[in-house]
Amino acid sequence: MYEFEYQKPASLDDVARLLGDEDAKLVAGGMTLIPTLKMRLAKPTQLVDLGAIPSLKGVSEDGDAVVIGAMTRHTDVNRSDVVKRAIPALAAMAGMIGDPAVRNRGTIGGSIANNDPAADYPAAVVALNATVRTNKREIAADQFFTGMFETALQPGEIVTAVRFPKVAQANYQKFRNPASRYAIVGVFVAKTPAGVRVAVTGAGPSVFRVPEMEAALAKSFTPDAIKDIAIKDDGLNSDIHASAEYRAHLVTVMARRAVQACA
Amino acid sequence: MADGSIGTPVRRREDYRFLTGQGTYTDDINRPGQLHAYILRSPHANAKLGRIDTSGAASSAGVIAVFTGQDMAKDNLGGLPCGWLINSKDGSPMKEPPHPVLAVERVRHVGDPVAVVIAESLGQARDAAEKIAVDYAVEPAAVDVVAALKPGAPQVWPEAPGNVCYDWQLGDAGAVETAIGKATRVVKLDLINNRLVPNAMEPRAAIGEYDRATGEHTLYTTSQNPHVIRLLMGAFVLHMPESKLRVVAPDVGGGFGSKIYHYAEEAIVTWAAGKVRKPIKWTADRSESFMSDAHGRDHVTHVELALDKDAKFLALKVSTIANMGAYLSTFATCIPTYLYGTLLAGTYTTPAIYVETKAVFTNTVPVDAYRGAGRPEATFLLERIVDLAADELGMDPAELRRRNFIPANAFPYQTPVALQYDSGDYQSTLELALKAAGYSEFEARRQEAARRGKLRGIGLATYIEACGIAPSAVVGSLGARAGLFESAAVRVHPTGSVTVLTGSHQHGQGHETTFAQLVSDHLGIPIESIEIVHGDTAKIPYGMGTYGSRSIAVGGSAIIKAMDKVIAKGRKIAAHLLEASEADVEFKDGNFTVAGTDRSKSLAEVALTAYVPHNFPHDELEPGLDETAFYDPKNFTFPSGAHIAEVEIDSDTGRLEIVNFTASDDFGRIINPMIVAGQVHGGLAQGIGQAVLEGCVYDKDTGQLLTGSYNDYAMPRADDLPPFDLSTHVTLCTHNPLGVKGCGEAGAIGAPAAIANAVVDALKPLGVRHVEMPLTPERLWRTIQRHQPRAAAE
Amino acid sequence: MQKTVSLTVNGKPASATVEGRTLLVQLLREHLGLTGTHVGCDTSQCGACVVHVNGEAVKSCTLLAVQAEGANVLTIEGVANGDTLHPMQEAFRNNHALQCGFCTPGMVMSALDLVKNNPKPTDREIREYLEGNLCRCTGYHNIVLAIAEGAAVMRGEAPPANPHGVAAE
Repeated sequence: MYEFEYQKPASLDDVARLLGDEDAKLVAGGMTLIPTLKMRLAKPTQLVDLGAIPSLKGVSEDGDAVVIGAMTRHTDVNRSDVVKRAIPALAAMAGMIGDPAVRNRGTIGGSIANNDPAADYPAAVVALNATVRTNKREIAADQFFTGMFETALQPGEIVTAVRFPKVAQANYQKFRNPASRYAIVGVFVAKTPAGVRVAVTGAGPSVFRVPEMEAALAKSFTPDAIKDIAIKDDGLNSDIHASAEYRAHLVTVMARRAVQACA
Repeated sequence: MADGSIGTPVRRREDYRFLTGQGTYTDDINRPGQLHAYILRSPHANAKLGRIDTSGAASSAGVIAVFTGQDMAKDNLGGLPCGWLINSKDGSPMKEPPHPVLAVERVRHVGDPVAVVIAESLGQARDAAEKIAVDYAVEPAAVDVVAALKPGAPQVWPEAPGNVCYDWQLGDAGAVETAIGKATRVVKLDLINNRLVPNAMEPRAAIGEYDRATGEHTLYTTSQNPHVIRLLMGAFVLHMPESKLRVVAPDVGGGFGSKIYHYAEEAIVTWAAGKVRKPIKWTADRSESFMSDAHGRDHVTHVELALDKDAKFLALKVSTIANMGAYLSTFATCIPTYLYGTLLAGTYTTPAIYVETKAVFTNTVPVDAYRGAGRPEATFLLERIVDLAADELGMDPAELRRRNFIPANAFPYQTPVALQYDSGDYQSTLELALKAAGYSEFEARRQEAARRGKLRGIGLATYIEACGIAPSAVVGSLGARAGLFESAAVRVHPTGSVTVLTGSHQHGQGHETTFAQLVSDHLGIPIESIEIVHGDTAKIPYGMGTYGSRSIAVGGSAIIKAMDKVIAKGRKIAAHLLEASEADVEFKDGNFTVAGTDRSKSLAEVALTAYVPHNFPHDELEPGLDETAFYDPKNFTFPSGAHIAEVEIDSDTGRLEIVNFTASDDFGRIINPMIVAGQVHGGLAQGIGQAVLEGCVYDKDTGQLLTGSYNDYAMPRADDLPPFDLSTHVTLCTHNPLGVKGCGEAGAIGAPAAIANAVVDALKPLGVRHVEMPLTPERLWRTIQRHQPRAAAE
Repeated sequence: MQKTVSLTVNGKPASATVEGRTLLVQLLREHLGLTGTHVGCDTSQCGACVVHVNGEAVKSCTLLAVQAEGANVLTIEGVANGDTLHPMQEAFRNNHALQCGFCTPGMVMSALDLVKNNPKPTDREIREYLEGNLCRCTGYHNIVLAIAEGAAVMRGEAPPANPHGVAAE
């Protein structure tokens, strides 16, 4: 990779100040950034490590919600008694990300701020109707993910935590790319307090919901209720691993399996 | 001698260093004052190479030198040679374009090396390389083999019109046509053998070093055959005598064929180290490996099998297009010819066979041997067409094979495609496999799976392969430019311990252990007193290295021969010491004994005498007990077996699960059953990888390598594979002292066909005849869709 | 940028002056001469580089050396007890769970991490835990056997009967 200066500030204010340099990049777990830098696909002059800021770590209960600090690792979400009890599907999903060593470093904040089209967390955040907290404001899930590798975050804005309403009935089904093990299609179905939500990752440039499935499931929360709902393949991702048409097909299959697994 | 004897699962001696992180792989070696090389590679598949401006790089921080093909041309460096001459049908020799170490005037594949930066650190070298300005005039590329043959396709080499390297044939075209004309049934199939990237876990690396005091060059390299590299690089590229060139292949992290060849990077670091007078290290990144290691397979084939009314095979006709890539790699030309066409009899008595292979240049990475090297390709097409015939005849695939097997009493068996099999018993391995796989109870399992919504299938493949390469005169007559003997020096030390210097190389096969077992068994000494040395041309007599499952058959036989020389000399010395006639002295269990008495001398006592020759027959013998042998095999060896795969397909997603895999193999005598099983496991994993997961993909228009990393090239992982159920049946090789056949490639040879046959079996209710590899979820889903149009919504 | 990193490696204090872009695996291999940790890929998939940082398995090719400041690092060189192999290493040897040895250090480190989190893993759990460890030689069959044996011995149980017929030493 290209050489850079490395900083590990102890406070969010210091982070914000360092981000004043437009060629500075935040590093959370580094599981996406460091491989990107190794490929020389990015050339930051400064790397700002969020690992020394204690307020960004940890899982806590907040009434009818669970709050997960942005620097909480996938391993910790997967093993958290709080998450396993309150939103078991989220704990399970965190255990499907990468591999064990990757999960020991990768973070929820890093994942959602990056918004890789094949990442798992965006589907969870949207399906569970979570709220993303930053150092400046709160952003609803439906507003957060705006495009391929794009989010609503402003320059210098840092994700600090994600607040998930507690949801008992939910499930995530992931159809993996056999090479990268990222999601070719990942469907997160949740019966949230605000209604049924179906969020799809991997299939398109960014996570999307399927309103037609949500409506059908609201009437009857069964796999059969959505078995004939096909999604259109225009605009879906297509590559050597999976065509848009196949991904569209998999969305329905994975959604049905997710509903089945909620039972 | 229970510990070291043949046939026992002795634990490996090399494991200690690997398990404690004390292996010495090439990148682990650091030479004093060493510099680092970074190679600039072409980002284009086909482009005229114009000016290369290295001035910015040369003046970069830490940079010692920047070299291009022009610099090498000024030093009269030769190109990388091809080691096997193939003649076309019309008798003309193959087209053999030059293969410069660094590209001159044109780049011919993405990854083609263009320049090298030598700097104090790798980071500096890489930073500097970005400052090299290269004028590329990009042109259309010939990417796919079939497209490359079409009129108007971009020409990779002006000297190879139509992109044809050679158009070869073997067998009797006339007899085949006649048989097809008379046949009751002719079954036809078009199929692809998918292109693979070998991906040994250790990326290639090389360190060149020049000793000013002695004028000697040393190359440390990740090679399967250091002597071959010394010969090829010294004679053809750098024009230096072997006596001034030492090549060391230390611990090597897997090869599978990809580390046989003499690669540009070896010549680059060796030559450049001589120029800058400092050691130079190069290590590939994985993405660099993808575009610089030789790839494997990549055949497109049309096959026809003719049968009579009793379902006996009458004739086989095969027409193959094989991808050579942009340059001829060291053994590329023999893979789809003499390591392929000669295997088309398989385990069957087919009397008439004809095969033609057109080798084609494309703007892709060179293609050469990869585990199995020609035999997986032959087995795949043969076992697919046999299964298809069984299907068309409504016959059990096992029964059709049985009916056509070469019977166990028919050996030696002369095939119609040059090879003569020495021994085999295909019936027994098939029966063993069928029983272990529960073949006759499969239908019940198919129905149970259907109740779970899964399509379950069972498929088998019986294979033969030719390995233990090779009789030099035979391969020489077929165009090989090298001999294929093996060397061994057995050095008994004065105090009785033994060092064996073997021309074989190990990069996972466990020779340090199995060869020591051979020696312990043959010389009757404890295994702890034996040292097996390999990999350094300064220590070892000229050997051809390890590939083609040859090490036990050829390398082991050389060791036996050398040991027999030691024993013969030892008997003379012992006879002298025991004042007996040589004819009365027997050697057994490490002792030379006068027959019928208890008067004996141990090997250690004889060795001490040989080196302290006070009481010694100087009139007849020289001192010392150190014998070298070269073994040239009399024939190939012919392992065979039966592989059975059982699979389940999720028809909603097309995802394939391998539920069971059974292999029954005949490797002749088995030296260490644990190591042999490990070889089969590894081969099966690669064969399953080819069948289900792996496929090297190029963009058909631009020639860009789309599967250039593990993000896109699917390597088999532990959760992709089942446990393996193995068994063996032994028929001894008749022509080497140990009766061994070799086992390294068998898994990769039989598995793809077994899996493909299982998948077709699972999809047979839908009328599916064939599916191409890799059997990806989308491919299976689409196949199912095509054959089962969706019912209208209920 | 040149920065001095201080950390504990295999129980001993260690330090090196590195660039910002130096990876932990480079610090180990090139600065500390601990070449047992290997680099097999550049997309963080193969696992040949797995070490333990603060008791957890981490891919050292995807961690900057500077990020390991103050950390407690265990590499393959620190696993054996002097000349005595760790039960997991012994189990690998007993089951022929390595051939070329290149993936082996990372495989052993991942195995130790697995057993710490799941002392009695099933074969399926072992295979899934190795998602981040590629082996090209063994087909994983013997690695699974070895990890099951190593886990049993680490639990204080007798190892399962050796399927290869290897006599206990």
